[in-house]
Amino acid sequence: MNQLLKNAIWLLIALLGASAVGGIALNRGENINALWFIAAALCVYAIGYRFYATWIAATVLSVDETRATPAERLDNGRDFVPTNKWIVFGHHFAAIAGPGPLVGPTLAAQFGYLPGTLWILFGAVLGGCVQDMVTLFLSTRRNAKSLGQMARDELGPLGGSAALIATLAIMIILIAVLGLVVVNAMKHSPWATFTVSATIPIALFVGVYMRYFRPGQVLEASALGVVLLLLSVAGGRFVDEHETLRLLFDHEGLTLAWWIMAYGFAAAILPVWLLLAPRDYLSTYMKLGTITLLAVAIILLQPVVKMPAITQFIDGTGPIFGGKLFPFVFITIACGAISGFHALIASGTTPKLLSNERDICMIGYGGMLLESFVAIMAMIAATVLDPGVFFAINSSVGVVGADTADAVAKISSWGYPVTVEQMQNLAHQMGEATLFARTGGAPSLAVGMASIFGSAFGEGLLALWYHFAIMFEAIFILTTLDAGTRVGRFMLQDMLGNIWPKMGETSWLPSVVFSSALVVSGWGYFLYIGVIDPNGGVNILWPLFGIANQMLASIALCVATGILIKSGKLKHAWVTGLPLIGLVIITTTAAWQKIASDDIRIGFFSAANDLTDKLAAGVLSPAKAAIAPQLIFNLHLDAWLTVFFVSLLWLIVFDMLRVCARYLSGKSVLPLTESAHSPSRLVEDWVRD
Amino acid sequence: MSGRLKVFWQMVRRLSGDDAYEQYLKHYARHHYADADHACHLPLSKADFFRQWQDEKWNGIKRCC
Repeated sequence: MNQLLKNAIWLLIALLGASAVGGIALNRGENINALWFIAAALCVYAIGYRFYATWIAATVLSVDETRATPAERLDNGRDFVPTNKWIVFGHHFAAIAGPGPLVGPTLAAQFGYLPGTLWILFGAVLGGCVQDMVTLFLSTRRNAKSLGQMARDELGPLGGSAALIATLAIMIILIAVLGLVVVNAMKHSPWATFTVSATIPIALFVGVYMRYFRPGQVLEASALGVVLLLLSVAGGRFVDEHETLRLLFDHEGLTLAWWIMAYGFAAAILPVWLLLAPRDYLSTYMKLGTITLLAVAIILLQPVVKMPAITQFIDGTGPIFGGKLFPFVFITIACGAISGFHALIASGTTPKLLSNERDICMIGYGGMLLESFVAIMAMIAATVLDPGVFFAINSSVGVVGADTADAVAKISSWGYPVTVEQMQNLAHQMGEATLFARTGGAPSLAVGMASIFGSAFGEGLLALWYHFAIMFEAIFILTTLDAGTRVGRFMLQDMLGNIWPKMGETSWLPSVVFSSALVVSGWGYFLYIGVIDPNGGVNILWPLFGIANQMLASIALCVATGILIKSGKLKHAWVTGLPLIGLVIITTTAAWQKIASDDIRIGFFSAANDLTDKLAAGVLSPAKAAIAPQLIFNLHLDAWLTVFFVSLLWLIVFDMLRVCARYLSGKSVLPLTESAHSPSRLVEDWVRD
Repeated sequence: MSGRLKVFWQMVRRLSGDDAYEQYLKHYARHHYADADHACHLPLSKADFFRQWQDEKWNGIKRCC
C-alpha cells in the first residue's frame, strides 16, 4: 500500500512537471504566470534528485556509509570537522552561490524566457549537479584534495597545470566582468554609489568588533552590520537629495573603475579579519535573506511574465550580446546550469566537513539544485518587466544610440514598445536619473526585484527596494572580487615561488605587494577596457567568462570521467562523459565563432578589422577615434585568449583520452589515489548517544 | 515549538561560526584530556582561537561566482 501510494505521488509529480514544462514551452503570445516556472522547476528537481542523483550515488559512485570520511579520520577541530549535513549544506550553498546565477539568466533573457529556463533546468539536473556531486565524492575519497591535485595525481602533470592555469584565468575574467557590473550599477547614481561605498566602512567596523571588541561574537557583530547596511540604503536617499553631498558620489564609470581597482588591491593585502571576513558574513546573510524573500514574494505575488517565450534575437542579432541561440545561451548561463567553479569548492573545501558519504547526494546534487532555482528566480525577475523596458535598460549606447528618443524608437521598432515617459517615470520611481543603457544585468534585475518586492510588500518603497537590490548584488560581487583577488595573489605567489622561492612566501611584503598588483592589473585592464567600450563591455567579457567557466567544468568532468574509467566503471562513465561531450561541443563552437565569425558583433578579429578600417577611413567620431587603438588591441587580445582557452580544453580532453585508452588496453597508468577503507565510528557514536 | 526554535538557533550559530569556540573546547576535551601521553598545551583563549580560525578559514578558494 505504502509503495503504491509513493508510486502514485511520483507519478503525480511527473505529470505536474511535464505539464508545467510543456505549458511554458508551448505558450505563445499570451502572458504566463511565474508560478508555472516554479512548479516546473520543483518537479524537475524532485524527479532528478529522487531518480537520477540517488541512482548515481548508489550505482555509479557506490557511496559507502560505513566508510570514515576525511573529516572523521583527520578531525582536528578546525578545518577538518565532521559536521551535521544541514550545516554542511548551508556552507556549501553559501560558497557556490554568487552573483553568477543572477547575471547570466538576466542577459540570456534577450532570447526570450524559454531557452534560458530549459537550459537552467536540464543543464543543472543532467550536468551541473552531477559535476558537483561526483567531484565532491572523488575529493572525499582522496582526503579532500583539490581539483588541481586530483588532476595531477590521476591524469598527469599536464592535467594538473592546465587546471591551475584555467583557475587563474577564469578568476581574472570573472573579477573584471563582475567589477563592470558594479560600475554600471553605480555610474552617475549617487544613491547606489553611497550605499555600495558604505559597505566598506561597515565591514571594517564589523571586523574590528569581532576581532578586538567582542572576539568571536560573530552573530552579534553581523546583526549590527546588517542593521547598518539597511540604514545605508535609506541614507543613500538623503545623500541623493542633498545638493553638495550628491556631487561627492556622482561619478563617471571610469572614476568608479579606478576606485574598484584600488579597493581590490587594498583587500588583497589587508589582513582577512579586517575586510574580507566581515564582508563575507554580511554578504552571506544578505544573500540568503534576499533569496528567501524573493522566493516568498514570487509565490505570494505570482507575477506575470511579459517577455515572449522566444524573441527574434535567437538569430544572433541581440542587442545585449551578439550570437545565435546555439551556442550562446549555453555560454551566457554558466552558473545556474553548470559551473566549473563549483568543482573548486566541492573539492578541497566541503569534503573537510562531510561526516558521512551518504550525504554527498544531498549536498553536492542538492546544493546545485538550489543554485539552479536561484537562476530561475533571476529569470523570472528579468522577464516580469515589459520587454521594451528590459531592452531599454540593457541595450548599450553603441547599439541603440545615446539619444533617448532614438533609443525608444529603435527598441519599439523591434516590436517591444516603450516610451521615453515610461522610462522616465520608472527611473523616477526607482530614485535614479536615468535607466537607459544600464548594461550588465544588475540594474534590470534590481528593477525586476523592486517591482516584485514593491507589489508584495509595499508599492511606496520602490526606490528603497531598488537600491536594496543594488546593494544586495554589489555586496557579494565585491566579496567575490576581493576573495578572488586574494586567491589569485596566492596562486601567483605559488607559481612565482617555483622560479624564486622567496616570492612564494605569502607573508613577505614585497612579494605580497608585487603579486597583488599583478593580479589587480590583470583584471583591472579588462575592467578599464570594458568601461571605455561604447558597446558596454559586458557583451565581450561575459561570453569570455562563460567560455572560461565551461572550460573549467570540462576539466572537472575530464578528471571525473578519467577516474570512473580507471576504476573499471566504463559502463557508467557516460554519467560524466555525456555532459563533457556536450560542454566540449558548446565551448568549442562558441570559441570558434568568437574567433572566426565574420559578424563584427560576434567575431573578435572581424570586429578588430572593421574598427581598423573605419579608423583608417576617418569615419569615426573624434571621441571614438581616440579609444579605437585600445579597443583594437583588446579585441586581438580577447581573440588570442579564446584560442588559448580552447586549446587548453582540448589538451586536457586528449590527456584524459590518452589515460583511458592506456587503461583499457591494459597498459600502465597512474594508480588510483583513493585512500584506504577505514570503518566509520560516527554511526555507532550517534546510535549510542 | 520552543524545541524547534532552539534547534534552528543552534543551526544558525553553527553555520555562522558563532559557536566555533565552544565546538573547539568540546573537541579539545574529547581528544586531549583523554590521551595521557599527549604532550598537551592548554586550550587557546577565545580571542586567540578566533584569530587562528578566521585566518585558516580564508586560506584557499572559499567563494564562487
